[in-house]
Amino acid sequence: MSVAEQAGSTGSGAVAARPPASRFQRGTVLHAAGIAIFVLLLFFVLPGLTSNYWLQICTQVVVYSVVALGLALLVGRVGMVSLGQIALLALGGWVALRIGFATGLPFPILMLVAGLITGLFGVIIGLPALRLGGLYLALITLMAAAAISIVLQQTNFPNGGSGFLGYSITGSGTAALRRPDIAGDTEAFFRYTLVVGGLMFLLAWLHVRGKPGRAWAAIRQSQPAALAGGVNITLYKLWAFALAAFMTGVMGCILAASGGGLTILQFPTQESISLLAAVFIGGVYGFSGAIVAGVFTKLVPALLDNWNLPPDLLLILFGVGVLQVLLTAPQGLAVQFPKDMARLGRLIARPFTRKSSAGEAAR
Amino acid sequence: MIKIEDLTVQFGGVKPLDEVNIEFPVGTCGLIGPNGAGKTTFFNVLSGFVNPRSGKVVAFDQDLFAMPHYRRARWGLRRTFQTEQAIEELSLYDNVAMVHEHWGENRGSRREDVLGALGFVGLDHLDPRTKVGVLDARDRRLVEIARAVVGKPRLVLLDEPAAGLPDEETEHLAGVIRSIPEHMGALVILVDHDMSLVQNTCSITAVLDFGKLIAAGPTAEVLRNEHVIKAYLGTEEEL
Repeated sequence: MSVAEQAGSTGSGAVAARPPASRFQRGTVLHAAGIAIFVLLLFFVLPGLTSNYWLQICTQVVVYSVVALGLALLVGRVGMVSLGQIALLALGGWVALRIGFATGLPFPILMLVAGLITGLFGVIIGLPALRLGGLYLALITLMAAAAISIVLQQTNFPNGGSGFLGYSITGSGTAALRRPDIAGDTEAFFRYTLVVGGLMFLLAWLHVRGKPGRAWAAIRQSQPAALAGGVNITLYKLWAFALAAFMTGVMGCILAASGGGLTILQFPTQESISLLAAVFIGGVYGFSGAIVAGVFTKLVPALLDNWNLPPDLLLILFGVGVLQVLLTAPQGLAVQFPKDMARLGRLIARPFTRKSSAGEAAR
Repeated sequence: MIKIEDLTVQFGGVKPLDEVNIEFPVGTCGLIGPNGAGKTTFFNVLSGFVNPRSGKVVAFDQDLFAMPHYRRARWGLRRTFQTEQAIEELSLYDNVAMVHEHWGENRGSRREDVLGALGFVGLDHLDPRTKVGVLDARDRRLVEIARAVVGKPRLVLLDEPAAGLPDEETEHLAGVIRSIPEHMGALVILVDHDMSLVQNTCSITAVLDFGKLIAAGPTAEVLRNEHVIKAYLGTEEEL
């Protein structure tokens, strides 16, 4: 006999008879429509408006948004800090290049394989999270990232050479991964990246909405409560690391095909720290916060460069941003900015609405 | 029924539980004792947060210590906490569904089971999509209890569910607790300092003091026991 039937027999089970409430509230529909319009604009309008240079920057923004989303999942949903995500991005790129040059696998399969292998490394980096938390976990992941960087610095990124490392000294320094046939030029590749990035966001959303999301929320607030609910904490913590690393690895594959190949200089270890700052500024809990983080990590530096401003200005911006978020907008800019705009809108509209209501009163 | 044999827990030189032997039959059973008597440690041992030094717990013919802690929840061991642990970020529905989905059975009737559990504790007047973070202390307690009874619980451990609640709300709570064994078929062990709640809900009560069992039996008798009164009030003279 089910609980509902038992409860029903006592007369308190009337809730089961209530017609099921609509699963999607009005706010959710509006939100989804907003996202759809935003993505469609990016997809159809943006490529026509900008040069190839800026389109490549935008491709990077999408890539780093997904990397930031992985980090935001770890920090915001599970409560684990990882400072190894940029190294995992480099690793994903390496794997994609290596397998791409060695085989003729189609691009989507290549992304999948790069994601899965990077996911495996993500789990290894995440192992200390089973015992450590907070600052210690952050330090350990940072060290692991440094180790990956040092190895990649020695091995270089594959450029079509032979052997396990796939690097040939006589060949050109770097070589890009062959792009998929349907996305040969910069415009098409940007759209391709947008679709893949969208799929990664969808994957994360499905996780958060479902069983893993509930388990993560429990782990984040109270591990004893999660245990008492039957949550296998080890499994779900490692799953979070695997998911974040998978998404990062897939984007590593995109990055390997986006420009003229990869060098370790593109993946400074400390960028994981500024990415964390960017994620805090954007907001660790919402999905749009990850996009803000991607913009801060890739678009803002390019703009600074364009305006002939020193690149270190970015770090100062990040410092101010993190302070501002900690003090006044704990949910991050992605949540705070629309609120501020709405407030500004009301402020501007106030004199007009007041006048009209005063006019009505006079009549 | 659950049988505890020679259960000892040791932290360094301290023995929060010292060779405890208790048997709880079906129904709602009380476990009381002054602060530091070992009640919460007892719950922590059963749910696997603390490893015992020696002893055995057999619940419904199953050796509890043979299962890893997250398996115990799947088997039907549920508990609530002294400081309430409803997950704030999740909705009422998701809080309870979280336990149901890790239980792993009855996937098909999840919605029905979860709403049934919420109804059972008396939260059916709220929208199940409400985030638990906005609820008051009483409702959060009830969410925790709904989590403990969803699915097929066998052994429900309630750690001071009435702590911090005003009297009139404790009455509703007592009603819910009393009906768990009857409607869910589970054995309930209740730890609380609220003696009227214990008297109202428990037919059998055991008393711990400094890790040792000092009395067990029908609740009314136990509460008149002079050792128990002494444990609570210090000395008999003060009576």
